[in-house]
Amino acid sequence: MKTKRPVNLDIGSIKLPITSYVSILHRVSGVVLFFAVALLLCIFDASLESAQSFESLKECFSSPVAQFVIWAALAALAYHFIAGVRHLIMDCGVGEDSFESGRRSAWLVVAVAVIVIASISGWVFLW
Amino acid sequence: MVKSVTSLGHNGLSNWLLQRVSALVMTAYLIFMVGYFFANPSPSYEQWVSLHSSLAMRIFSLLTILSIAAHAWIGLWCVLTDYITVRLIGSKATPIRMFLQLAMIALILFYVIWAIDILWGI
Repeated sequence: MKTKRPVNLDIGSIKLPITSYVSILHRVSGVVLFFAVALLLCIFDASLESAQSFESLKECFSSPVAQFVIWAALAALAYHFIAGVRHLIMDCGVGEDSFESGRRSAWLVVAVAVIVIASISGWVFLW
Repeated sequence: MVKSVTSLGHNGLSNWLLQRVSALVMTAYLIFMVGYFFANPSPSYEQWVSLHSSLAMRIFSLLTILSIAAHAWIGLWCVLTDYITVRLIGSKATPIRMFLQLAMIALILFYVIWAIDILWGI
């Protein structure tokens, strides 16, 4: 086997299909969520520590910065969850028969994620 | 050959299964939490504490944080071994990747201990 074969894995020079973007975003959202766990544990801790910390947590939720950070964490969770469900369904042998079905389910992930993240936005910012 | 010493399971197949089992546990917790907040959008402190001080809920939360730990370990291991490579970032890739993997494992253990401290400190 030749060891010095030319390699072109410069992703930027390749036109990627929607399935690639859905997959890359699944990874990015996963990495974001790894750090968001610290935030969620902080919130969980404050919510249970005492009645005072519970109340001050509620006050904190009214600040726009806190709302944005929570929105970002929930949006990453929603996307990662929806894209993950697609993988679980494919593992059951559904929709993994052709590239076309993969492309369709990737678009479906995008559509469902947009709807769910829009609902999360409404809940976090307007409620 | 010791190529995957920082991998959680001993082989790809057990990691594959663990990734999916942990996903199902987290899905159950997420559905439960979303359902809880739909039924009771603004719980009082007493309601919230009584929910989380039941043994069943503590075990459910513990299983979820253990699932998060396994899922993050396997997922980030894949991401690090894919991108922090000699081909992509040069000859220092291996020590950098090893450092990041160990830092990731340390943070995961910190999360688990922190969660146990919260759950059994209620």
